[in-house]
Amino acid sequence: MRWHLRHFSYLSGLALAGAARAQTDAPLAAPIEAVTVTELPASGPSYVAPDALFGQPNGGWNMQTPVTDIGKEAYSLTNYIMNPMMAAVAVLVLILLAWVVFRYRAAANPVASKTSHNTTIEVVWTVVPVLLLAVIAVPSFRLLANQYDPPKADITIKAIGHQWYWEYEYPDQGGFSFDAVMLTDEESAARGSPKLLDTDNRVVVPVGATVKVLTTASDVMHSFAIPSFWVKMDAVPGRINETWFKVDRPGVYFGQCSELCGTKHAFMPIAVEVVSKAEFAAWVAAKQSENGIEPPAAETAATTAVEAAVEGPAA
Amino acid sequence: MTGEAGMASSSALVSAADHDDHADHKLSFVQRWLFSTNHKDIGTLYLIFAVIAGTIGGAISGIMRLELAAPGIQYLTWFTDGNLDASYHLWNVFITGHGLIMVFFTVMPAMIGGFGNWFVPIMIGAPDMAFPRMNNVSFWLLVPSFTLLVASMFVEGPAGFNGAGTGWTVYPPLSTAGHPGPAVDMAILSLHIAGASSILGAINFITTILNMRAPGMTLHKMPLFVWSVLVTAFLLLLSLPVLAGAITMLLTDRNFGTHFFTADGGGDPVLYQHLFWFFGHPEVYILILPGFGMVSQIISTFSKKPVFGYLGMAYAMVAIGFIGFLVWAHHMFTAGLDVNTKMYFTAATMIIAVPTGIKIFSWIATMWGGSLSFPTPMLWAIGFIFMFTVGGVTGVILANGGVDTYFHDTYYVVAHFHYVLSLGAVFAIFAGFYYWFGKMTGKPYNEFLGKLHFWVFFIGVNIMFFPMHFLGADGMPRRIPDYPEIFAYWNNIASIGYAIMGVGMLIFFLNMIVSFAGKRRMEDNYWGEGATTLEWTLSSPPPFHQFETLPVIK
Repeated sequence: MRWHLRHFSYLSGLALAGAARAQTDAPLAAPIEAVTVTELPASGPSYVAPDALFGQPNGGWNMQTPVTDIGKEAYSLTNYIMNPMMAAVAVLVLILLAWVVFRYRAAANPVASKTSHNTTIEVVWTVVPVLLLAVIAVPSFRLLANQYDPPKADITIKAIGHQWYWEYEYPDQGGFSFDAVMLTDEESAARGSPKLLDTDNRVVVPVGATVKVLTTASDVMHSFAIPSFWVKMDAVPGRINETWFKVDRPGVYFGQCSELCGTKHAFMPIAVEVVSKAEFAAWVAAKQSENGIEPPAAETAATTAVEAAVEGPAA
Repeated sequence: MTGEAGMASSSALVSAADHDDHADHKLSFVQRWLFSTNHKDIGTLYLIFAVIAGTIGGAISGIMRLELAAPGIQYLTWFTDGNLDASYHLWNVFITGHGLIMVFFTVMPAMIGGFGNWFVPIMIGAPDMAFPRMNNVSFWLLVPSFTLLVASMFVEGPAGFNGAGTGWTVYPPLSTAGHPGPAVDMAILSLHIAGASSILGAINFITTILNMRAPGMTLHKMPLFVWSVLVTAFLLLLSLPVLAGAITMLLTDRNFGTHFFTADGGGDPVLYQHLFWFFGHPEVYILILPGFGMVSQIISTFSKKPVFGYLGMAYAMVAIGFIGFLVWAHHMFTAGLDVNTKMYFTAATMIIAVPTGIKIFSWIATMWGGSLSFPTPMLWAIGFIFMFTVGGVTGVILANGGVDTYFHDTYYVVAHFHYVLSLGAVFAIFAGFYYWFGKMTGKPYNEFLGKLHFWVFFIGVNIMFFPMHFLGADGMPRRIPDYPEIFAYWNNIASIGYAIMGVGMLIFFLNMIVSFAGKRRMEDNYWGEGATTLEWTLSSPPPFHQFETLPVIK
């Protein structure tokens, strides 16, 4: 998508420079107590470089490539059923308008007819849309039902929205938690990540595991969203919402807070890293020792989770 | 601007009811424009108000599109002495101001207050509105309301920053705990007053339409514009009190220690969303229904044919209004609703496409077999039909709860509602404005500039809003002042579209200058045989008091 950028370089050259300067002058600081882990290359997996084709916007006109089964189902419904039908309706209206404008212009049709009723056609244009909507409704209801019928969760994470960063908790792995604060432009560049999308700590989950996500918030409403997972769930203070995803492809996937939450709403992204079973176990072990969690009990928990994660999809 | 009065002789009907009648020509400026009780003068005031508010709201969106033309923060810091955090908050104040101004102070005053006041009494053969003094109160409440909203941008919202950055939805806890300063209180009071204004207006319209129709003007003979205002007035009357309740609870949560919407006191932030959208969804039909009515009149006039399927058209609006009260939670598909709830709201929302489709096809059928001419208002009306269709079909996609998981709170939604409002409602307003300009002023608008305005505006708004579908599909969230660089291409094109649209508006203002400078008097019925409603039986502009002898409709 580089060619896109070239097209408006006359404008964006200045703008990009301005953006970089602005970011340097006033780095987006999270509240002091939020920054718990300072060294960027933390223990565990090294930060996977993002793949421009997955888990991030691509600058085109289509939706992001879905990487979950729900995402694939919903993507098909949108792109292969609804979009063609809706485009057909819009084109039909356009053609009809063009036809009447051409055929019944005063020069071509000086005397107007007096017809103002035709029961048959009125019934047709009432019933046909009903049928079209029914065609959409069936797969649409199936999608809703499937979204609410997840496999048994292999691992649970809790996403807690704060002004303006996300905190993640791993209750099944001894209950450690960490904050995920947006990277500065320099830090993003160092990791090869797009600006404004990566965080210092990423959410790490095992590949092929059904991940239950509990969302809540500590101050105002936020929304936990990852487009390529087809996941978006509001984080509401005092309530716990639940959603889930299961990704079979390792990699890093980005999302952004999707409920207006105040000044730096645009700057609390979500970065999820999907890793192998072994990498996840190593990451969990490192997080546990970092947080002084008893190794035996915790290790068991972690191992159980990972085994379940890997058995899950095969079974 | 409409100038003359001149009905010195009085029929028994009017003089018995109105002692001031003989003083028409002696009204001072203050009496005529500040103490107005004349529906046409009040309609004119509403239209002037809407143009001023719309210019401010449009200028705010101009700053927004300028900032979004390229990634990074370039222009917002001009307003904040270089303070970056303040500029992020200013962004939120702008999106809030733009939304509230366009909804409450531009589209509603133009359609209901402006064209509704001007033409509903005339179209039903009534001398004025049922409660002329209350009509004046309705208008003058809007002025302090708008002043409060604009002033709120300059008082403290969140600690250290000015203005309410809550979005037009004013969701708590951002609007309560997140905004300790008085800006949100001022915005809430502004909404209370605007709501009171609209409720009074709604009562006035309902009373007028139900009680003051001329002999023979049965409900089923009323012009569709009158039907549309009647349905709109009922929507206002039933939905605005719910908003008033919700924002009153917000006010007591903020100031008097109640906990309606705070979980730690036993309340629930999601309750506010239910209340807000129980108002908010009917509100979007309030914004578009009068447009439906105007487009019906205009299409019929320039097709030289009666409206096709009149009863279907009228009851489609009633159905849209009714179902409009039953679909509110489709704005909350990601709030954590139960699956059965989502299925219901998905189904109910999609059903609205049926009466809407009836209207679209009936407009086309009205033109079918007609003898079409294409002056400026017809261009806007045909543009309306197609653009509203595009906004409608993306609405069907968004109606699906499972699919909305992806599109909720992205630019796709922004594209959708600007297609139905900025390209729907606003096109209808311009259609009505050009259609009735000669009737309201007695002067012709400039046809060339009118058509140029249409084409430039049409191209501009499509270049501005169509790429937003792509941005939303690519995952760009709404309400952000800065974005990942990959979104830059379509954002840049959208901003270019704004500039083109802005040129279109300059042409509009030029047209107004040229047209108001003109002298030529318009005939009573300058659109000819296709224009059959009662306003075309009166002079242009109509006399200060019309129908001193009630017309009889056969």
